[in-house]
Amino acid sequence: MIRLDRVTKAFGSVVAVDSVDMEVPAGAVCVLLGPSGCGKTTTMKMINRLIAPSSGKIYIDGRDTSGIDDVQLRRSIGYVIQQIGLFPNKTVEDNIRVVPDLLGWDRKRSRARAAELLRLVNLDPAIFLHRYPKELSGGQQQRVGVARALAADPPVLLMDEPFGAIDPINREVIQDEFMKLQAELKKTVVFVSHDIDEAVKMASHIAIFREGRLIQYDKPDNILAHPLNAFVAEFVGSDRTLKRLRLIKVGDVMLSEPPRVRAEDSLDTAAALMEEHGHISIVMVGPRGRARGVVRLEAARGKKGLVAEHVDKLPGLVNVQDDLRTAVSTMFTHDVTWLACVDDDGFYKGYITQRGITHVLGAAYRDR
Amino acid sequence: MASSLHTVARVSLIAMAFALGAYLQSRGLLTSILRHWGDVVYLTRQHLWLVALSGTLAIVVGIPLGVLMTRQGFERFADIATQLVNLGTTIPTLAILALAMSVLGIGAPPAIFGLFALTLLPIVLNTVAGLRTVPGHLLEAARGMGMAKWQILLRVELPNAAFVILAGIRTALAINVGTAPLAFLIGGGGLGELIFTGIDLMEPGMLLAGAIPTALLAILIDFVIGQCQYWLVPRGVNPLR
Amino acid sequence: MQTINFILANLPIIGQRTVEHISIVGVAIAIAILTGVPIGILITQSKAAADRVLYVASIIMTIPSIALFGLLIPILSLIGQGIGYLPAVIALVLYSQLPIIRNTYTAIANVDPALREAARGMGMTSLQRLLHVEIPIALPVIISGIRNAVVLGIAIGAIATYIGAGGLGTFISRGISQTDIRQLLTGAFAVSLLAIVADYSLLALQRLLTSPGLRN
Repeated sequence: MIRLDRVTKAFGSVVAVDSVDMEVPAGAVCVLLGPSGCGKTTTMKMINRLIAPSSGKIYIDGRDTSGIDDVQLRRSIGYVIQQIGLFPNKTVEDNIRVVPDLLGWDRKRSRARAAELLRLVNLDPAIFLHRYPKELSGGQQQRVGVARALAADPPVLLMDEPFGAIDPINREVIQDEFMKLQAELKKTVVFVSHDIDEAVKMASHIAIFREGRLIQYDKPDNILAHPLNAFVAEFVGSDRTLKRLRLIKVGDVMLSEPPRVRAEDSLDTAAALMEEHGHISIVMVGPRGRARGVVRLEAARGKKGLVAEHVDKLPGLVNVQDDLRTAVSTMFTHDVTWLACVDDDGFYKGYITQRGITHVLGAAYRDR
Repeated sequence: MASSLHTVARVSLIAMAFALGAYLQSRGLLTSILRHWGDVVYLTRQHLWLVALSGTLAIVVGIPLGVLMTRQGFERFADIATQLVNLGTTIPTLAILALAMSVLGIGAPPAIFGLFALTLLPIVLNTVAGLRTVPGHLLEAARGMGMAKWQILLRVELPNAAFVILAGIRTALAINVGTAPLAFLIGGGGLGELIFTGIDLMEPGMLLAGAIPTALLAILIDFVIGQCQYWLVPRGVNPLR
Repeated sequence: MQTINFILANLPIIGQRTVEHISIVGVAIAIAILTGVPIGILITQSKAAADRVLYVASIIMTIPSIALFGLLIPILSLIGQGIGYLPAVIALVLYSQLPIIRNTYTAIANVDPALREAARGMGMTSLQRLLHVEIPIALPVIISGIRNAVVLGIAIGAIATYIGAGGLGTFISRGISQTDIRQLLTGAFAVSLLAIVADYSLLALQRLLTSPGLRN
């Protein structure tokens, strides 16, 4: 969808961007990542020609952008900046309508579009359409900023550290919302960031820049598992394997169809099941299948009675939608090496072990 | 390209000045201007005296007045007082001199009083504005260090407000020097005499003998105050340095 | 007292002089806006140009009004317009340049650069950015500059009576020369009142034209 062909930018004798080749497929979220001054922002700004390349070509959807008039090009690309830049003299509605108006949309259509976009970013149009930027919080303003960028429904969205000016708590929320939005709209997004965690969370592709050069361009998990050189390794952090934990969901690595016992089962049954599977504990479920407690092998072996009399409280739970980082954190909190995995309604779906997790992560290293 | 434009501008300006001079001489104007030289010297001295006296009085009264208006006890009056001072600056300069005359008669005293009143207002406004912009945390730090109120004023507030206060003095003096020629109309003397008489008698020589020194004097005084503003205000609080 | 009687007895002339006064100031301000605002916008492109233009304008402001009149008279008498309306208007146009140019320049130069970038990134041309973003934001300060110029103009307009331009200053000048306190006070109050009314009216206009999103 977006292709950079040996794109270079020099300011006098300083080469800010050195012969960058990359291709961003349609629907991807490509995060340009790197330390200050590495050329990531300059590269992104060459896509909408806020900065003109010194040499090289940029193609959007197959068309060479150098043949398109600057102003027309920018009206077809959404642009979100760190300082948000909502026009203070215009209402939220008028801010969103800027590009549609420039493109000559009729009023009814652009006003309807503004309301629709506000709903998409979780702001009630009835309340927010006629507010002014100064009446909004930072998070709300940037949501409007995103809505504004999407107003004319551009296929490409450029974002320059868009959530940098928002406080860390709201930043998480707005990142999550953006990911939901992107899942629905499937825009081609180029996103500049200096935060590896943000990149790992949001990107489908990460491009690591250093001193104007593109060092590594790959999916997040690959970059974390196989950093190309010492610079990338250091940039992603020495805890990069822990970072990978975020990328994998519990549901994908848990052992499903796990053995289970009911309250009315005997301890013998429990012990037998445990021995059969080689476990030292087993989950007790309720009548409909919800995880209720746990029975230990040492409590069950060679004893008489019902499960219900010897059941312990579950040492922590994890949802199948959670990522492995949450799982590991819960394990550490409760000092256990395994966790029962449940769905949103509490039904026992599987279990996950520490060993299993390290095995999954290690697979990437064993393959190479 | 910019620098050659600059040179062209400079050269044409000088050429125009010469042309003007030559033209004036051709009309005998230069000689007629110089005929009034004795008057010019005398009246300039008078003019400077008017400006100096009224200006100094305005500074001496205006700054303390501005300080007063920002003190804690006066907050209630501060708003009304500021409104009044603002109103005062709207009143046309000639009207102020005329009113001074209606109360104090003719001569130098009403002229000085009128000029004093004119000059006072911008100084008060800027002193208040300057003191208000001193960052609150500086005052807090000073109080925390155990400074007495007047020490805070002298060592923290005034130095920080100095740039704005001097800007106010500069504007005020410009207004003062600009209005001083009118002092002649109420008997206060000064270079205005040559200008107004020159207009009445339709004598361009006399007129220019008054107008040119007045203009040059105004520019010179403004330049001097500008330099004061640059050099006297310490580098830390001086946006120009 | 006597002054009030005087005023009531002479309302027509007072009215006429007021009109004269407003006409001089009005025409001058109109011209000054038409030249000053575009210049103010143009010089935002170059700090060097801005410094020079503001410097020249401020020097003009430093020159006492009567001196400027004095300088204009011999020049304009070459075309037979030495005294009266024309030198008054020209002088006022020149004096109004500084407040208007400086305020326009400062207001537009101080527009948050993030807004300029957002506008450019969205695909606005420079003209569109000026019209939709920069001028609406700068407008309150520009009008404030116009207000200053108007108040200044009314004050100088009073002095213009001395070069035969008429206006409300005539009452003051006659009041001084004829030692007639009634005329003096009439003139002084009339000019002051005009200035105050103009100032507050323009303040109201300034508030009206400020977008609600920009008000404090």
